[in-house]
Amino acid sequence: MGSFKSRRTVVAAAIILVFAVIAFRLFQVQILDKEYRITAENNALKYETIYPARGRILDRNGQVIVDNKISYDIMVTPFDVKEFDTLAFCRIFDLDTAFVKDKFREYRLYRRKIGYQSLVFKRQVTSEQYNMFIEKSFLFPGFTGVPRTSRSYPYEGGGNLFGYISEVDADYIKDHPEYKSGDYVGKTGMEEAYETLLRGEKGYNIYLRDAHNRIKEHYKDGEYDKTAVAGTDVTTTIDGTLQAYGEQLMRGKVGSLVAIEPATGEILTMVSSPGIDVNQLSDISKYYKDIVTDPYKPMFNRAVMSPQPPGSVFKLVNGLIGLQEGVLTPETLYGCHRGYVVGNLRVGCHGHPSPINMYQSIMMSCNAYYCYVFRSILDNPKYESVQQGFERWKAYTESFGFGTKLGTDIPGEKAGTMPTVERYDRLHGKGRWRSISIISLSIGQGEIGCTPMHLANLAATIANRGWFYTPHLQKDTPACPIDDRFKERHYTMVDTAHFEEVVKGMELAINYTGGGATATVARIPGIIACGKTGTAQNPHGDDHSVFITFAPKDDPKIAVVAYVENGGFGATWAAPIASLLVEKYLKGEISPERKALEKRVFDGNLMHKVKVRR
Amino acid sequence: MPELNYKKLDWVIIGIYLLLVVFGWMNIFSSSVSEDGFTFSLKEKYVMDLIWVGSALVIGILILFVIPSKVYPAISWPFYALMVFLLVAVAFVGVEVNGSKSWFAIGPFRLQPAEFSKISTAVLLAYLMSKYDFRFSNTRDALRIVLVLALPMLAILLEKETGSALVYLGFLLVCYREGMTGWILVAGLLAILLFILTLIFSPFVAILVLIAITGIAASFYSRRQMLGMPLTVAIVLLLSFLPRLMRVEAFSFLTRFDPEIWLALLAGGTALVLAILYWVRRQRALRNLMLAFLVGLGLIFSVQMVFEKVLKEHQRARIEVLLGIKEDPMGVGYNVHQSLVAIGSGGIAGKGFLGGTQTRFNFVPEQSTDFIFCTIGEEWGFFGTLLVLIAYLTLILRLIGSAEKQKDSFARIYGWCVAMCLLMHVVINISMTIGLMPVIGIPLPLLSYGGSSLWAFTILLFIYLRLDMEKKSF
Repeated sequence: MGSFKSRRTVVAAAIILVFAVIAFRLFQVQILDKEYRITAENNALKYETIYPARGRILDRNGQVIVDNKISYDIMVTPFDVKEFDTLAFCRIFDLDTAFVKDKFREYRLYRRKIGYQSLVFKRQVTSEQYNMFIEKSFLFPGFTGVPRTSRSYPYEGGGNLFGYISEVDADYIKDHPEYKSGDYVGKTGMEEAYETLLRGEKGYNIYLRDAHNRIKEHYKDGEYDKTAVAGTDVTTTIDGTLQAYGEQLMRGKVGSLVAIEPATGEILTMVSSPGIDVNQLSDISKYYKDIVTDPYKPMFNRAVMSPQPPGSVFKLVNGLIGLQEGVLTPETLYGCHRGYVVGNLRVGCHGHPSPINMYQSIMMSCNAYYCYVFRSILDNPKYESVQQGFERWKAYTESFGFGTKLGTDIPGEKAGTMPTVERYDRLHGKGRWRSISIISLSIGQGEIGCTPMHLANLAATIANRGWFYTPHLQKDTPACPIDDRFKERHYTMVDTAHFEEVVKGMELAINYTGGGATATVARIPGIIACGKTGTAQNPHGDDHSVFITFAPKDDPKIAVVAYVENGGFGATWAAPIASLLVEKYLKGEISPERKALEKRVFDGNLMHKVKVRR
Repeated sequence: MPELNYKKLDWVIIGIYLLLVVFGWMNIFSSSVSEDGFTFSLKEKYVMDLIWVGSALVIGILILFVIPSKVYPAISWPFYALMVFLLVAVAFVGVEVNGSKSWFAIGPFRLQPAEFSKISTAVLLAYLMSKYDFRFSNTRDALRIVLVLALPMLAILLEKETGSALVYLGFLLVCYREGMTGWILVAGLLAILLFILTLIFSPFVAILVLIAITGIAASFYSRRQMLGMPLTVAIVLLLSFLPRLMRVEAFSFLTRFDPEIWLALLAGGTALVLAILYWVRRQRALRNLMLAFLVGLGLIFSVQMVFEKVLKEHQRARIEVLLGIKEDPMGVGYNVHQSLVAIGSGGIAGKGFLGGTQTRFNFVPEQSTDFIFCTIGEEWGFFGTLLVLIAYLTLILRLIGSAEKQKDSFARIYGWCVAMCLLMHVVINISMTIGLMPVIGIPLPLLSYGGSSLWAFTILLFIYLRLDMEKKSF
């Protein structure tokens, strides 16, 4: 290829030319041009972030339930700080001088990393403090105030429901690079679930610094500045008044209270008690330590995170399955003499007439009746083995949502537990268990755990006579439409006709005046409500008090579950609480003859009954 | 086996290599040491860099004295295939760093196959082009070279490492040296020019420039410079008044089309007529010129159309920022501004070792890797940057000179490949830091922090030194 040898000269000349251009440019930049010769101290564009107002949360009636109030973050640019009157500074913001010293020691340590950046010095100071600071700001060079919004809560309630927002930490930023230090993010509850809608979009101003290191003007006349876009308001399905009332009812008790509008699956009220006081919510960091060390775990959203045995309300499910499987009719009679006895096994029951039909069994909550029903489901000759019958039974319960995540829009939702064949095989030996071995399931005890949300969904399903919409907190609005999964009706595996029979029993439980009904305390003047009590045994002390209800019977507007831990009989606490909530929602106020009951509930304090680890 | 003659070892190249590596470490130290002093911890870049430098030297010695040079032509195909495979694989299983997925993570170490594929491509190119019957005029041979270059480039583009892909264009210069027609380079440069003109100014301006270039070229070909050049200038000047003419009432009928459409119709029509005329007269060169003009015209309009219709909003924005049409002070524009201030503030003599404030306060991003030149500029001033430039220039020119002395064409072509790799890296990297080119992330050879880059350039260079030691000079 000798013939192309001369080309090396062409290439070499081109290379030298390119290097000469680069050398000339360096000469220009480093020696000729004064623009770049400015010293390091007065370089730097300064970026000022404008934080958007976070979207508000509205209740189903358009009332604001989570609002914004103005507060200020005090920012510091350590590089610009000169000697200042620390004492006066501390007096304004109610600070310890040691706190200030520590901060500045830290800034010194990391001054290389910090450079000219501004950092948050003190979060969320009040407007009064900010105004005092502004008056004297010339005393504190390097400090500025940035308006931020913090949350305010017009209704007394909803702490767990709303959740809190807090500043992102290093770990969070690592996983979510779209957030920058100083940003807030919803950490729990609705604030977390609707973060993308609520957060809005940050803006920024860009300034130039002059030779005296002072901020001079907007870079290029603000051409590149960006205004902040406020977050979107989210409308919830919550009824603000009802939520506040529900929290009032649950005060002093441990447990949950959930109300759903059956026709839509919209959650009207969701109380987890004890919860976070909304007054602490807006300044969570101050109370955070108290809240996480509180033995009653107020952060824990019991309504969706605490699976417990459902107790007798589960008899409704077994009854429905029995009807569908054809092993039970509403007229089927079973005898009960203070319990169900087979061999040396005994499931106790309370004293009531015998024999009884299905309506009466619901009304009086007979244990023995459901032992018969449950066994006839599992021992059905249609199935080859008890195990097969059990699988069938389990499939029914799953069609009600038990043992599965319902798919709500509430963070941290639990699936609860339903036992499996494998589990019993391990417990009793493979294939060596019979219906009698797992008889506790007939009355909602044993290896079964469901969250209050599951039970509320059961109440809504029965109210609808056999179907439910997945419970949800976001209201369907044109601006923020809900996910399609909330618009799909879920039918259980039980025919809708059978539900009518169970509803009759639930009506009797509250409204039968002939004696023996378990939930007469839940009777509401002028309204026919349906309900079922439950008394869930548990190894940690007194029984849990459970009640599910819906009303009015023929056009259900509200379905409620109350789950009061260690509250004793279902009729003692859960039934009054749930029925008061129903009454409040349907009538707007409590009728005079039930005022005494309301007062008893308000005053009731069961906290001492709940065993907690301190 | 040819006898190894250790006296023939090119000590100048080794000297420059060591100078750059040591100087690189000093600047990495300066840009990454913390205020609180020196700590001997693997978390510190300046400590990690020592490990990379040490291991690179071991690799260099192995290549120089242990691995026989016959190996390279023999393994050129499998080596190349393996690297292309790794390049594609990394796009799927690699870890993502700064938006490009081009790293394999092996424990605490990260390797970037794009750095190493330069070696395999250089070896394979040298192997293919050094075959005795290789001719660029042979379509099969030429196509093979195109493929060998295109495969790794496409794979690297898949990883979004635009900079590393651009480096491969440097191999075209090797091809040029080995007989590829220079028109490809000219056409490439012209295409880039038209592309930039279209986007920065307008298609109208781009067409005017194209007319001017074609006119002048045509007048040279027809040996009528004295007539052709003034005529071209006059025509271009006249045409440039077209948009203004359209604003005059009497010519309002012209506004039916945009000025560039009129211009294209006018000039394109003329070129077409001329092309046919030259074709009939069998003036091949002039005919080709006219056809090239038409292709250029097509290019201008397709750039415009692709840019406005095909590209997405964010892609458009990125190109606009790259070309400086729009500034993005939060992103690219910010980096260049900071980088220029850092280099500019160094002045003639710099602020001295460890004296830089711009780079040490983290104003400049990636200051120990892609923007290491800023630290050099700030702390060592114009003298420092000039020294680095001279070192690179000497290295590259010496490599070319040395390659030309090789009797064995494999060694010659490989040497050229090494030189062109260095050239592309140095020019792209330095131009980016001084605002001559858009910001394209690519390391400065031997100076930047980064094990992959250091290892790759060490291997690249030392393979050549070994070949050189065995040379059968003329």
